[in-house]
Amino acid sequence: MTADALLERLATLVPEATVFPRDATRGDAVIVVERAAARAVLESLRDHPELRFEQLSDLTVVDYLGRTPRFEVVYQLYSITLNHRVRVKVPVPADVAVVPTATSLWKSANWAEREAWDMFGIRFDGHPDLRRILMYPEFQGHPLRKDYPVAQRQPLVPERDPIAQPWYPRRNGAD
Amino acid sequence: MATPPGSLTPHRFVEPDPTDEVMEIQMGPSHPASHGTIKFNLRLDGETIIDVDVEIGYLHRGFEKMCEQGTWNHVFPYADRLNYASPILNNVGFALAVEKLAGVTVPERCQYIRVIGGEISRLTDHLTCLGMAANELGAISAGFYMLEAREFLYDLVEAMTGARLTVTYCRLGGVMKDLPADMAPQTTFALTQIRRILADCDRLLSRNRIFVDRMVDVGILSRDEAISYGLTGPLLRATGVPYDVRKAEPYLVYDRFDFTVPTGTKGDNYDRFMVRMAEMEQSMRIIEQALAQIPEGPIAITDPRYFLPPKKEVYGSIEGLMNHFKLVIEGQKIPAGETYLATEGGNGELGFYIVSDGSGRPYRVRVRPPCFYGMSALGPMLRGRMVADIITTFGQINMIGGECDH
Repeated sequence: MTADALLERLATLVPEATVFPRDATRGDAVIVVERAAARAVLESLRDHPELRFEQLSDLTVVDYLGRTPRFEVVYQLYSITLNHRVRVKVPVPADVAVVPTATSLWKSANWAEREAWDMFGIRFDGHPDLRRILMYPEFQGHPLRKDYPVAQRQPLVPERDPIAQPWYPRRNGAD
Repeated sequence: MATPPGSLTPHRFVEPDPTDEVMEIQMGPSHPASHGTIKFNLRLDGETIIDVDVEIGYLHRGFEKMCEQGTWNHVFPYADRLNYASPILNNVGFALAVEKLAGVTVPERCQYIRVIGGEISRLTDHLTCLGMAANELGAISAGFYMLEAREFLYDLVEAMTGARLTVTYCRLGGVMKDLPADMAPQTTFALTQIRRILADCDRLLSRNRIFVDRMVDVGILSRDEAISYGLTGPLLRATGVPYDVRKAEPYLVYDRFDFTVPTGTKGDNYDRFMVRMAEMEQSMRIIEQALAQIPEGPIAITDPRYFLPPKKEVYGSIEGLMNHFKLVIEGQKIPAGETYLATEGGNGELGFYIVSDGSGRPYRVRVRPPCFYGMSALGPMLRGRMVADIITTFGQINMIGGECDH
């Protein structure tokens, strides 16, 4: 489906979503969804036979410091069978930076949400294993936030025995 | 433990079997058998992997934070260093995303040049991946043959861009310089050599008993799992899904070329290997067609808002000098907005999500690194397999630290 046709269908199929102005996105199909409805909207985007967004290409966050709500969680969805894309934006306020997780819908959300937590400090409610992924566990702050200074120094941390004090969960084969 | 009297067996061989307990091993972050800085936290039952926790981030440089500090053109050198096995593809991907945001279309000759450079980069990427994979399995000669083939391509890249790895070839609205005059004969020579070498490697590896036994049925991921894990590129095509951004959403002039998208059937390491081998032939076909079709013309736009004026004007007129100064100091003022653009990188869908606030600096640059999602699927690929399978599976994911760790 082309972006125009897709947005037209989305207006009827997902009435909770509002369409983001098209001129600001250079033609991309973008919808904005409130946080409370995000989980249900994402699920219907994945499962509806006319939409079938079976791949979460990417998940990231943009920090609009000074704007309320401050953060936006951005989902890039792609349908391999139907060859169309949509971007879903969920505004998140800074004081309660929590979003429901998408790990039960797409497995790629697992690492992507860990990275979003690591870099922006957005919590994903219900994530099975929400810990830092690029930074080390003792890191203080969330470096991609706009108020994190680019030349910030981090304190030295004592050496940790990775076997005696592992920071990864000890599992037996589950995801 | 005491040795039984009269026994010839040294006592260390009659110790009770220790495999009833789970052994924890940390493999990496700098392991001689894995190219790339990465740590596997393994839980083993004997040699069988019960669980693996993949730890990345050892090469994190804060790419996205760095991008927010400079102007749009400052990002191109960083983009090179994301996937240093295929730098031109990253350059092109970022340039196309910014040009989409700016509403700029580059001249046709420039589009062809980008296709040629990109496909050369795809070849070097696949050659690096497969050569290293062969090397790690002990097929050192095949590994070095592929590196030799890569040298012919690096000669071409050097002739095009002046550098071998860190090319910084693209600009917003064009490329740095035109192809050399003898590009066509040089390329014909290089591709002839590469075809000869690849035929050798095919004979050395594809039906080699040791190689096949280590690759077939190892690291299997089903089609649905691969899609759910966000896999793209050769990893997804090995499971039989013919998804290629160049075909699905053609960009540049890819819709003018005749090429096929090779796919596998099982989604194991052998399929990934064969898909990459077949893709190299397709890339060479694209290069040949592009060199035959390439038109004459300018290699960059002349829009003074986005592209630096020619040096003759900079040093010869006050307007040119001011234009140059404004672009270098303040940066190109891309109209406010946001966009996402996917291109086919060496390892799969390379996407750039960029947000501009109308100033001369990027507000946010997000790269979607294809191998980040490949690495997240490593756990299910490896569980229940042997330790030795880590090497082949990790090699076929073709994790590039710069890209995976941002």
